[in-house]
Amino acid sequence: MRLLHVFGFGLKVGHLLWMLCCWVASMVSMNWFINGEFKAAKASLLGASGNKMWFKFWDKISSHSFKIHHEYYQYVGSKRFSKAWWRKLLPSWLIGWVLASVVIFCCMSSQAAEKRKETLASMCDERARMLQDQFNVSMNHIQAISILISTFHHGKNPSAIDQSTFARYAERTAFERPLTSGVAYAVRVLHSEREQFEKQRGWSIKRMDTLEQNPVHKDDYNPDLLESSPVQEEYAPVIFAQDIVSHVVSIDMLSGKEDSKNVLRARKSGKGVLTSPFRLLKTNRLGVILTFAVYKRDLPSNATPNERIKATNGYLGGVFDIESLVEKLLQQLASKQTILVNVLDTTNRSYPISMYGSNASDDGLEHVSHLNFGDPFRKHEMRCRFKQKPPWPWLAITTSIGILVIASLVGHIFHATVNRIAKVEDDCNKMMELKRQAEAADVAKSQFLATVSHEIRTPMNGVLGMLHMLMDTDLDVTQLDYVRTAQASGKALVALINEVLDQAKIESGKLELEEVQFDLRAVLDDVLSLFSGKSQDKGVELAVYISDQVPEMLIGDPGRFRQIIINLMGNSIKFTQKGHILVTVHLVEEVDSIEVETESSSKNTLSGFPVADRRQSWKGFRTFSQEGSMHPFSDSINLIVSVEDTGEGIPLEAQSRVFTPFMQVGPSISRTHGGTGIGLSISKCLVNLMKGEIGFVSIPKIGSTFTFTAVFTSSFSSSKKYKSQKINNQSNFVSTEFHGMRALVMDPRPVRAKVAKYHIQRLGIHVEIVSKWKQGLSIISKGGSAKNMVLIEQEVWDKDLRGSAHFLDNLDKINRGTPKLFLLSNSIRSSGANNTSGVRNLTIIPKPLRASMLAASLQRAMGVENKGNAYNGELPRASLQNLLIGRKILIVDDNNVNLKVAAGALKKYGADVVTAARGIEAIELLTPPHQFDACFMDIQMPEMDGFEATRRIREIEQDINNRIHFGELSVEAYNNVSNCHVAILAMTADVIQATQEECIRCGMDGYVSKPFEAEQLYREVSRFFQ
Amino acid sequence: MDLVKLQRQWVDYRASLYKEGFLDEQFTQLQELQDENNPDFVVEVVSLFFEDSERLLNELTTALEQQSIDFKRVDAHVHQLKGSSSSIGAQRVQTSCIAFRNYCEEQNVEGCLTCLQQVRLEYSLVKTKLEYMFQLEQQILSAGGSSPM
Repeated sequence: MRLLHVFGFGLKVGHLLWMLCCWVASMVSMNWFINGEFKAAKASLLGASGNKMWFKFWDKISSHSFKIHHEYYQYVGSKRFSKAWWRKLLPSWLIGWVLASVVIFCCMSSQAAEKRKETLASMCDERARMLQDQFNVSMNHIQAISILISTFHHGKNPSAIDQSTFARYAERTAFERPLTSGVAYAVRVLHSEREQFEKQRGWSIKRMDTLEQNPVHKDDYNPDLLESSPVQEEYAPVIFAQDIVSHVVSIDMLSGKEDSKNVLRARKSGKGVLTSPFRLLKTNRLGVILTFAVYKRDLPSNATPNERIKATNGYLGGVFDIESLVEKLLQQLASKQTILVNVLDTTNRSYPISMYGSNASDDGLEHVSHLNFGDPFRKHEMRCRFKQKPPWPWLAITTSIGILVIASLVGHIFHATVNRIAKVEDDCNKMMELKRQAEAADVAKSQFLATVSHEIRTPMNGVLGMLHMLMDTDLDVTQLDYVRTAQASGKALVALINEVLDQAKIESGKLELEEVQFDLRAVLDDVLSLFSGKSQDKGVELAVYISDQVPEMLIGDPGRFRQIIINLMGNSIKFTQKGHILVTVHLVEEVDSIEVETESSSKNTLSGFPVADRRQSWKGFRTFSQEGSMHPFSDSINLIVSVEDTGEGIPLEAQSRVFTPFMQVGPSISRTHGGTGIGLSISKCLVNLMKGEIGFVSIPKIGSTFTFTAVFTSSFSSSKKYKSQKINNQSNFVSTEFHGMRALVMDPRPVRAKVAKYHIQRLGIHVEIVSKWKQGLSIISKGGSAKNMVLIEQEVWDKDLRGSAHFLDNLDKINRGTPKLFLLSNSIRSSGANNTSGVRNLTIIPKPLRASMLAASLQRAMGVENKGNAYNGELPRASLQNLLIGRKILIVDDNNVNLKVAAGALKKYGADVVTAARGIEAIELLTPPHQFDACFMDIQMPEMDGFEATRRIREIEQDINNRIHFGELSVEAYNNVSNCHVAILAMTADVIQATQEECIRCGMDGYVSKPFEAEQLYREVSRFFQ
Repeated sequence: MDLVKLQRQWVDYRASLYKEGFLDEQFTQLQELQDENNPDFVVEVVSLFFEDSERLLNELTTALEQQSIDFKRVDAHVHQLKGSSSSIGAQRVQTSCIAFRNYCEEQNVEGCLTCLQQVRLEYSLVKTKLEYMFQLEQQILSAGGSSPM
């Protein structure tokens, strides 16, 4: 599932990046469309539809991407699919994005070019308009001068204007016409009037052509050198001129080719007329002449050209210096640097005449604006170009490269992710495979262990049984010792095998707990006596304390409980060289009060040695962390059991693996102390089965405390009838003898005194505790009731021999029925005990204290009747008798002697025995209906062996069962047994496994070894007769 | 005091039988099976063993005298003999039977014949010993005592 998450995350990241890319793209395109709307209506229309299309496309893409997303989630499981898919997708993804970025680059650069063009156009138009405006201003003023002339020269007689007046006026109003370098007025003179005019003016009319042909320099310009005008129909000599152009006075305008054309056009149209640009006479700069006709009277605007010609009085001309005009204009706009401007006269399309600007051959962008100077005949235009080449479209480049980079990054991320995922998947598969193998190996190991353990157990039982019997025979001391050693070793081996088998069973979950009624105190006494020998050898004090709150009888699995305690105590004994081992049992509900006690006596332990604080050992228990959830129904009893020792403790580094099977602290441990290291692991499993927890605290060199909890059922509240386990109920026989007696325990250590008190109280004796001799004496002498016994801790006795002597002396003086004296001794072999043996009526009670031992000691000393409590060593035999009495059993054996012996053995246990010597007989006897409860069958028989006979019997039984099942036979005829199956046990002398397997295969229920052994017989038979 | 003497003699004799390996603990078990309900159990079983064994020994002798020996049959007889001897705890007979069966498997006529002699010898030995013991028992019983088991 984790893999799926990785996929999901990768997809999300990818989707995010994809969205980002799309956003960038859409922004770019939107910008484009908005710009587009600036253009003509047509363009905007196109843009709108383009927008629509774009959105459709976008919808498609996004829906497609979602589809991919979706599909991906669906296909995510198939590994091969994704691998192949991604291999193909990566290049196509990259190619796609390269194309996309190229497209974007094109779009953006064309946009930039468009914008540049627009800028140029607008600049060019602006300049053209300004030029036109200024020109018009000048033209208007010239027109004003023409009106002035018609009014004051022609309108008045004599004329109010002469050359000097005109020159002065023109000079003074020159600021109005910034672009005209000069104005002149030529009057219309007909040939008929020429002589009179020449006479009147005092000069002759001169012609212009020569001047045009031989242009002169300003310096040597002399009007007098000009030729006189030839005879013509009419003349247009200049009569007034501004001072700058005073040299044109008397020159006939009609004699110049350009000028005459101009003049004639001007009088025909009645509008200002422009010449084509030419070099001005003196300045040698490009210029044009504007000509206005001056009419005799005001003509209507729709006057015909003939009328205009007739009404013409003269012509006013102004010289425009176009070059300076444009230059001035561009200077005003201060943008000479960015663009180049050319002004052209394009009246003749094919030969445009440049009026301004250099002719730099720049083939780049150019914009043409039309200029209208008021002369419809002439066409002018302005051509603008940028001075610099267009700059690199950096924005477009960076954007497209950026997108490409992002796309390739995304591709890389996906690629890496997919590769990574594939790798992780492979690894995961490998791991799974390994895990499966490991688990299989573990299972195989467990099975192997279980099988081997079981296989070993069977012959070991034989060995032990034989050893047991050997011990009953007449052996000398050495032989007996050998046999005992052999038996002990054998038992240890069986115990070890049982442990391994337990572990295997627990691991495979096959272990189930019993539910029987048992006496916890008896179990612990039992365990105590088991370890008492060892503890006495080592000089370690062993003690058990069970809280009064714990009920007498509990329901649970005493065997497994015992096993846990033995494991824990066994470890403690193993690792403790001095000090004590204390087992305490409380109810979980009491824990608070325990804590108080522990606090008050942190240094005051059983043996005086410091111990690890046991509260630490249950710190992590769930039971305490969730107080409220403790079983509310009252018949469950939560016990908390602590085993505290003052041993060498567990090294800190080994504490974490204490509960791991086969893990010991170090290899040296198993060499020095033995054991398999499986005990604690089993204990933990068992505690778990008892719904409890186990924990420990251990301080190296100080000791360890193991604590576990277990849940039992109270025997009182349970309505179920549990069979009471037949363990030796020692507590029962001591219950009444000592009732009502009073005892005094002298012990300075409260914990130890408490343990002693607990055990003595179990006998029904009332106990008081004192810590000093004096105190004891005073209680005995002054106390309300006589003490029956005084139990003195050996430590007190040894420490203060004089005090004890004094105590004894004083005790004799008291006449109130001298109490018996007991010494509680840890070790029988210790020196103190020897010292005291001489003292009168002092009885030594060896520790560890336990009810039976205590009772026996007291009985001996006090003379209370002991109503023999012989241990029932005949248990198997008696039980066997119970099981077999009245049973009808068939024995099949071809050997008469064997038959007789076996029959004798079974008869002894009360069975009703029938014998048969051959297999065929057995089949006849065992064909239902019959009365037999079981059959012991010899395997090796002539004619028909035991296997064959059994097989046939099973066939017959099967047949009958089937027929009963199908109603062919009535159940009544077969003793109401709906499923007949007689127990057949093989009798065999060889205990080889193959034979046993053969037995089971041919339908036998078990086997007993020949000759019969009581215990084995009991074990096998008890499986069938409950 | 005669009785005590007899009883001691019986005990010593019995112990010697165990010690010399004529009998093993199976015989003890057999004796344990004998009680008030079945007072002559051991004698009955042992007589049965004698009868059986003699029959088997005769059959074995005839079988081995044949020209072509049916070793299967011989083996079955020896097995029988071994079974009954182990049932009463006649240890040495049983041990010789084991050797006998080995020769049977090998189909070694010489070995079988030697073993037959051996088994016969062991059988007669144990028979004598047991019969003597039963005699002692009878004497004890007639003297009014019981075997000190």
